Amino acid sequence: MGVIGHHHELEIPGTYIFDGQAAMKGYALNKMCYSFNSAENRAEFLRDEDAYCRKFGLNEQQCKAIRDRNVLAMIHAGGCIYYLAKFSGMLGLSVQDVGAQQRGVSVDSFKKMIKEQGE
Amino acid sequence: MARIIGGLTTSHIPAIGGAVPREKELINDPYWKPFFSGYPPARDWLQKMKPDVALVIYNDHGLNFFLDKMPTFAIGAAFQYNNADEGWGIPTIPPFQGDPELSWHIIESLVEDEFDITSCQEMLVDHGFTVPMSLFWPGNSYSGVRTIPVCVNTVQHPLPSPLRCFKLGEAIGRAIESYPRDVKVVVLGTGGMSHQLDGERAGFINKKFDMLCLDKIVNQPEILTRYSIHELVREAGAQGAEFILWLAMRGALQGKITKIHSSYHVAVSNTATGLLVLENTPFVANSNVSTLPSAAK
Repeated sequence: MGVIGHHHELEIPGTYIFDGQAAMKGYALNKMCYSFNSAENRAEFLRDEDAYCRKFGLNEQQCKAIRDRNVLAMIHAGGCIYYLAKFSGMLGLSVQDVGAQQRGVSVDSFKKMIKEQGE
Repeated sequence: MARIIGGLTTSHIPAIGGAVPREKELINDPYWKPFFSGYPPARDWLQKMKPDVALVIYNDHGLNFFLDKMPTFAIGAAFQYNNADEGWGIPTIPPFQGDPELSWHIIESLVEDEFDITSCQEMLVDHGFTVPMSLFWPGNSYSGVRTIPVCVNTVQHPLPSPLRCFKLGEAIGRAIESYPRDVKVVVLGTGGMSHQLDGERAGFINKKFDMLCLDKIVNQPEILTRYSIHELVREAGAQGAEFILWLAMRGALQGKITKIHSSYHVAVSNTATGLLVLENTPFVANSNVSTLPSAAK
């Protein structure tokens, strides 16, 4: 089966448009993250991560990204940041931790970079 | 007749939800002071204007809607709207009173006007809705205000264009102003300003573009409606595209616009914050003046 869903071609470096193609590719991953709205589900995930990923039918690429806590890899696997935020939030990561990880910089220098853009 | 008294816009960053209950202490905190000090004039204006209804145009971030069913435009038609656990720890706040009669009037009018929206008799409202309400009605003092949530998809592309959202606002404005009951409505547009949470460009902020938006939205919104959604993503960041919600708010104001107050700050979390208070005065008064043409016949 080929890739399904419309892809929005966009030339903005470091920016991923969550479009039909990504939404289809990432459905299982995003559905799992959406389930983290419930405290009961969060507890179930934390008890046995692999079993929880299997329950939602994540593919190997998605399971690995979750295991590695690698947000960019989750996005490449079709993750949408709004749902992924429920995963990272459950782990106690702030949006700045997540931003710094994706940029490959320290959280302090990420915060500094944010502030400087206001000057 | 119903009347739109004005529009409010504010960022709805999740971190604010945690900070709002501690505002009195955080107002002296160097991180929060520039943000919170923008709000008193907006609250004073609301105190003076005393709206009966707040129509809140916002985006759901994965509390009420998932990718299984993703409406482009959805509107609440419930007696009450609840907030709920969003997964990452924002405190929940008390329920919001609805106005289903006005909701159904708007739904009828929008569909008649070729906006084929999704109506919702149950709708959980997330931080996109609750953070602005708790900012404008401190201490969650919103129990006397009836609310109508209008949710716009900003999760999954294709997103509606800036122009389409502005037109939705215009249609909402026409709907409200044709409502026969004597209610005062304030329209909220939430989200923005420039920010990006995902990708290697995470942390992107564009102060120059935000300034343009804050300025032009007052009297020349048509300049901003010319951007495509992709151009908006480029200029304002992937999540800065929430600015379409501000444009929808602006579309609903169809009278003479007076800017009462604005505020801008970089940044709370990863987001440039913006606040705007616009007062809307009808060009023609509802009662006496509008009867003049027929009287002159």
